Amino acid sequence: MSDRRVVITGLGAVSPVGIGKDSFWDSLTNGKSGIDYITKFDTKDFDVKIGAEVKDFDPTLYMDKKESKRMDLFTQYAVAGTHLAFKDAKLSSDDLDSNRTGIIIGSGIGGISTFETEKEKLMTKGPNRVSPFFIPMMISNMAAGQVAISFNIKGPSMTITTACASGTHAIGEAFRMIKLGVIDAAVTGGTEAAISPMAVAGFTSMKALSTRNDEPRKASRPFDKDRDGFVIGEGAGILIIEELEHALKRNATIYAEIVGYGATTDAFHITQPDPNADGARVAMQLALLEANVPLDEVDYINAHGTSTYYNDKLETLAIKDLFKEHAKDINISSTKSMTGHLLGAAGGIEAIATALAIKESTIPPTINYEVKDEECDLNYTPNVKVNREIRYALSNSLGFGGHNASILLKSYK
Amino acid sequence: MVFEKVKHIIAEQLGVEEDEITMQTSMMGDLEADSLDAVEIMMALEDEFEIEIPDEDAENFKNIGDIAKYIEGKIA
Repeated sequence: MSDRRVVITGLGAVSPVGIGKDSFWDSLTNGKSGIDYITKFDTKDFDVKIGAEVKDFDPTLYMDKKESKRMDLFTQYAVAGTHLAFKDAKLSSDDLDSNRTGIIIGSGIGGISTFETEKEKLMTKGPNRVSPFFIPMMISNMAAGQVAISFNIKGPSMTITTACASGTHAIGEAFRMIKLGVIDAAVTGGTEAAISPMAVAGFTSMKALSTRNDEPRKASRPFDKDRDGFVIGEGAGILIIEELEHALKRNATIYAEIVGYGATTDAFHITQPDPNADGARVAMQLALLEANVPLDEVDYINAHGTSTYYNDKLETLAIKDLFKEHAKDINISSTKSMTGHLLGAAGGIEAIATALAIKESTIPPTINYEVKDEECDLNYTPNVKVNREIRYALSNSLGFGGHNASILLKSYK
Repeated sequence: MVFEKVKHIIAEQLGVEEDEITMQTSMMGDLEADSLDAVEIMMALEDEFEIEIPDEDAENFKNIGDIAKYIEGKIA
């Protein structure tokens, strides 16, 4: 097996709790929620009126105005996140061998707002009024395509779409490409901008969303007995990852090492998780096996923890089945309690949170944890951050379609 | 004022300042518009002036003055 090692050296968060690594981390460690009433459209006729929107996003800080107009918001977020990640990595794309650099960015949905706007034009004005930018703005690979153009990256670039597991799959696949020697560096993570009437209506019809409209900041309550669904979020979590020697040569700051990746599928139901949680369990197990890590050296799990009844119950079961007695010694937390659920971007910002947790020896809490659920009986790091040295940490993502992905990060010393 | 409206639509679409645009300005040559921008701008002009601009006419526009004159001819 290859001895190439892969490290995380740049973090770019565009999130409902802050833009930029520092404000993102400050919110997470202080238990600050990014959830409020949806402002992107009028929710008058909607049962769900809350979401986790990115606040005060100005695309012209990261790209010129003309370029921004040709991008759906999910692409703008990805380009902005990439800018922030390069800056954080103290790296310019000119310093990279462009043919040996790749882009793998997850997006669950792509440009759904663009789709809705242009469908409206089709219906009211006819087919000759559908914008020539409709297709290039809407297709979900365009985040990767535009990042490539903006940063002159010419190696493999692609998008992974596995619903809410997209971001974690993207990072796992980018890790593999570097480990196998296909490329030396990658821009990876996830992006999503689906707080739109169609997406909210669709998730609402599935009964997947919290309807706790009277208390937005308390609506995302993973593992709490009174949880009633997830809160839709948006944003991008973009990471720069590099082969270790490549990073050392330029004296990069290393947040953490990626040492394992597991991907499995439930093959059970389009939206419900497998009641035995086999897929989720085996994804974590494969990530640990890749690095030969003993179960009792895992100190932190950034859970998928969506705040839906099934996810939180079955993810708990998966953790208990895999870790047995050690499960109770692990600090688990769901940062979705604060950020909402960023769908295809979730794995991106949660990998950032996990890397920072390792670097700072600080575990961000699961906020809104008030009522214990007998089916969720592990240590979810309730309400207040915990200082703890982390040897290994997992970040889990589980998507509709039965897609499971888990990455294993290690403290780099 | 046809030219003023044309200038406004093009500036908006291409993210440039209106005073960068004169009658002699070429959309593709001077303002770096691509073929997709050109289609979108023609659509916006058709909506604004409630006219149709067939592709074979649009192909003959050399500069923004040509566009303004063409539209003036259509709405006259």
